[in-house]
Amino acid sequence: MIEISHVNKWYSPSFQVLTDCTTSVTKGEVVVVCGPSGSGKSTLIKCVNALEPFQSGDISVDGTKVNDPKTNLPKLRSRVGMVFQHFELFPHLKIIDNLCLAQQKVLDRSRDKAMAKGMQLLERVGLKEQAQKYPANLSGGQQQRVAIARALAMDPIVMLFDEPTSALDPEMVSEVLDVMVDLAHEGMTMMVVTHEMGFARKVANRVIFMDRGEIVEDAAKEDFFGKPRSDRAQKFLSKILSH
Amino acid sequence: MFANLDFDVIRRALPYLFYEGMTFTLTLTALAALGGLVFGTALALMRLSGYKILGRIAGVYVDFMRSLPLVLVIFWFYFLVPYIGQWVTGASRPISVGAFASSLITFIMFEAAYFSEIMRAGIQSISRGQPAAASALGLTYAQTMRYVVLPQAFRNMLPVLITQTIVLFQDTSLVYVLSITDFLGAASKVAQRDGRLVEMYLFAAVVYFTISCIASFGVRRLQARIAIIR
Ligand SMILES: Nc1ncnc2c1ncn2[C@@H]1O[C@H](COP(=O)(O)OP(=O)(O)OP(=O)(O)O)[C@@H](O)[C@H]1O
Ligand SMILES: [Mg+2]
Repeated sequence: MIEISHVNKWYSPSFQVLTDCTTSVTKGEVVVVCGPSGSGKSTLIKCVNALEPFQSGDISVDGTKVNDPKTNLPKLRSRVGMVFQHFELFPHLKIIDNLCLAQQKVLDRSRDKAMAKGMQLLERVGLKEQAQKYPANLSGGQQQRVAIARALAMDPIVMLFDEPTSALDPEMVSEVLDVMVDLAHEGMTMMVVTHEMGFARKVANRVIFMDRGEIVEDAAKEDFFGKPRSDRAQKFLSKILSH
Repeated sequence: MFANLDFDVIRRALPYLFYEGMTFTLTLTALAALGGLVFGTALALMRLSGYKILGRIAGVYVDFMRSLPLVLVIFWFYFLVPYIGQWVTGASRPISVGAFASSLITFIMFEAAYFSEIMRAGIQSISRGQPAAASALGLTYAQTMRYVVLPQAFRNMLPVLITQTIVLFQDTSLVYVLSITDFLGAASKVAQRDGRLVEMYLFAAVVYFTISCIASFGVRRLQARIAIIR
């Protein structure tokens, strides 16, 4: 579903943020990406839907090359759902309109169809009653669930998550993770940057560990948690599992 | 000195002052603000587009407009437009452009320079995550601007935009150089005709002051409301 091969990216000639990254996510797979702060996790996941350009290598999603200038990027992105660390709901639009905007403008769905789909997804994430409110009136956990619903409204073939719970108060983390676990169980293809190892243990098929722009470890979940091969991954794991 | 002031002259001139003068002033202000906002937003988008040439053109335009006294622009534009029109259309004689059309175009072009700076600040105040989220949903660049970035920039900048419009409202009085009957022009005509300069100019000042003050007060209340929403 996602093929990443030999991707290199520089932010400036002296600063290489991604070095020869190669991995893949197959249909129905859940892949968790972890690693220390600044290791390039966000950058890598943003390359997948071309929110960030990269200088060499290839990425394709469902057979479409994202770094091909001829690719219709808006169309490709409309099939790739993305959830951000800081939710990024549109504050000037009501919750339901946050869910309808792209359905109507990108997929050309009628207002009625978009509303029906939006309400159905809000119900699914337990927020039907909030449809007429504005994002600022919702808690962080609620906002992130709306953001997930907004992405799902586009009927994506794959979902990308960039630290979806790290900006949340601790008591709101689980309500968001529950939605993501359900999604994984339904067979959604997911690439998730997170430090929530409980989530990884529960639903991940593979875990990728990144450090300083490199994919240091790319292993099946059992192998990764059993005994990571690299020192760096071991150190990282013991640090985040110790508290 | 105030003993022989005749304020009744104002009462008698009220219909003329407001139906003709103020109507013109408010129409010019509203249309110029609207046009200036549209053109100014286009300039702001050019400057932020990432295309160097477009940005430079817009930048030079803004700097040029902001370094000229408005009254000169009004004056020159009025005399130049007929000749520019002649040159563009290839007509045999200078085309005639009414004083209203000429002053409206002038104000739109002049105000656009100021509105563009306000909208540019407004667009830059939106965090980068917002356009990223819009793109991630499949919206094109134009749709992202139209539905996500510009509405927020406009809302955040509304108090400043209105404040600029209050300045514009006062500046429209400069059309007197074209002998147009705006509010000040009307007051001035009555003043000359009846020889009541002190009364009429005093009254005109009070009216401009009152309207601007009420509008400024409204802006402050609006600012407080926007602060709560955010
Ligand atoms: N637009 C940019 N320009 C220059 N450098 C950048 C830019 N964005 C990110 N960086 C740098 O690139 C590196 C990788 O950033 P990235 O956000 O991908 O890390 P991350 O693994 O997601 O970290 P975190 O866990 O803190 O989110 C960091 O050192 C960061 O400072
Ligand atoms: Mg990150």
